[in-house]
Amino acid sequence: MSELKPILDLFETAGQQLPPIPDAAHLVACGHQLVSRKSLPGVKVEAVALKGGIDARIVIASGTRVDQPIHLCFALLPHFNVQNVNIALTMEPGAAATIWSHCLFSTPLAARHTMQGEIRLMEEAVLHYQEAHYHGASGDIVVAPHARVTLEQGAHYKAEFSLIQGRVGRLDIDYAVDVGEAAVAELVSRIYGFSSDSIRIREQLALNGPNAKGLLKSRVAVRDEARAEVVNIMEGNAAGARGHVDCMEIIRDHAVVSAVPEVRVRHPQAKVTHEAAIGSVDSRQLETLMARGLGPEEAVDLIVRGMLA
Amino acid sequence: MNTSRKVLLRITGVCLELLGKPILDGLNLELAPGEIHGLLGANGSGKSSLAYAIMGCEGYRPSAGEIIFDGQRIDELPIYERARIGITLAWQEPARFEGLKVRDYLRIGGQGVVVEDCLHRVGLDPVEYAGRIVDKTLSGGERKRVELAAVLAMRPRLAILDEPTAGIDLLSLDALISVIEALRAAESSVLLITHQAEVAAHADQASQLCGGRIVCQGDTARVLEHYRKRACNRCDGITCHV
Repeated sequence: MSELKPILDLFETAGQQLPPIPDAAHLVACGHQLVSRKSLPGVKVEAVALKGGIDARIVIASGTRVDQPIHLCFALLPHFNVQNVNIALTMEPGAAATIWSHCLFSTPLAARHTMQGEIRLMEEAVLHYQEAHYHGASGDIVVAPHARVTLEQGAHYKAEFSLIQGRVGRLDIDYAVDVGEAAVAELVSRIYGFSSDSIRIREQLALNGPNAKGLLKSRVAVRDEARAEVVNIMEGNAAGARGHVDCMEIIRDHAVVSAVPEVRVRHPQAKVTHEAAIGSVDSRQLETLMARGLGPEEAVDLIVRGMLA
Repeated sequence: MNTSRKVLLRITGVCLELLGKPILDGLNLELAPGEIHGLLGANGSGKSSLAYAIMGCEGYRPSAGEIIFDGQRIDELPIYERARIGITLAWQEPARFEGLKVRDYLRIGGQGVVVEDCLHRVGLDPVEYAGRIVDKTLSGGERKRVELAAVLAMRPRLAILDEPTAGIDLLSLDALISVIEALRAAESSVLLITHQAEVAAHADQASQLCGGRIVCQGDTARVLEHYRKRACNRCDGITCHV
């Protein structure tokens, strides 16, 4: 417990409720130092600290239903300001779990965190993966989470990424998901950038199996001089595949955003739809809130916070 | 115009153009405190434009005339300052908000609002609806009821209800009447914009707008009779003789 204290203190610094890490299956790392890990029956958490980063492997056994969320906690402190993580996650047939991934980068002035994930959900496995970032006021931070995900028949994968606290710095998300027969993939990202933050999101869902389903949902707000580029790729490659891309971006001041939808359909019985709304805050929304007495800044803030909620 | 009665809202000689086209043409209108005033008119007659001009929406600033609220000229005030002195508007097609719960939406405009009461009043079960999001998961009718509840929550001195029954069912008409009665009990004034005579029938006074001008004004029954007989197909303010 004592070795976890500096990490748990970061939650308080970030204004977050303390998660029950010690009791749950978990992996905690600070920089390239392993701080704590715990396996539970049916949940094997292995990790080694190497010179160039951390290699972790998580296996959730066939049919295991994990009631309590599994915690992955990656932190950077002023003296541990580089972190490379390679993680392989396998969920065996019928396994179900929620993973909370906390990325606590609130204290270093300059930092770099990269993640290379290989995720495999076997038949009928279900994973809800929530990744929340807590950054500090320094914009000199690079975060690059990349993942390759394979969903086998009937698997269900929902991944939510949020970075709405502190400076984004430079963010480079790159996820690609191979969605098998009757499997479901949902990727949701919520990011708020400001000052000179730079955001790049590239998400690809390949609906390769019959009746595969996918949703790509992006909510990005930027202001000041921030930049954002969102590339959503949805492929309908099999009969009965259904995909939808839903991208909403709000810009203010001198910020610049772009949304690049790529919709590819290679099977006549597949269907992919796309909607995007990019621009300043919707004037009707703004006027509605102002007609209740909110000033312009309060109204914009409420709309943006709601969109990122 | 009766100059001896108390007046909360006085609109005098208001002209409004949109994209070079005249929309309101020297319009005059008065509302007394606590008065429910029906504003009738065919589509395109300028009813919603008048609502936006009173509320102070972007692009609806009159080119001539005055809008006076409680003795204060408000033409130059931004929307939120008009709201803070007690004016609010329920849009014909209310905006939707991601991530904003109904209970939080209702609390925006009012201190100490009893959300449950407001929802009950519009026929929505608070247990089911207070935690819902004001987004596209609400049907059109539900969203309009929430909008009426938000107006109630604000306890306004003047509520402008723009086509509150458009696109909703008969049950919602009962909810609207309940809202009007609640506003009346709170001594709020209401500008009830509608093209439905059965809705306007709940007003104390009424006006008919045609071609950007008031062509008939006064007792609701008389204005309704005029409106029914003179349902102009082309509202140019000329063919409809008072």
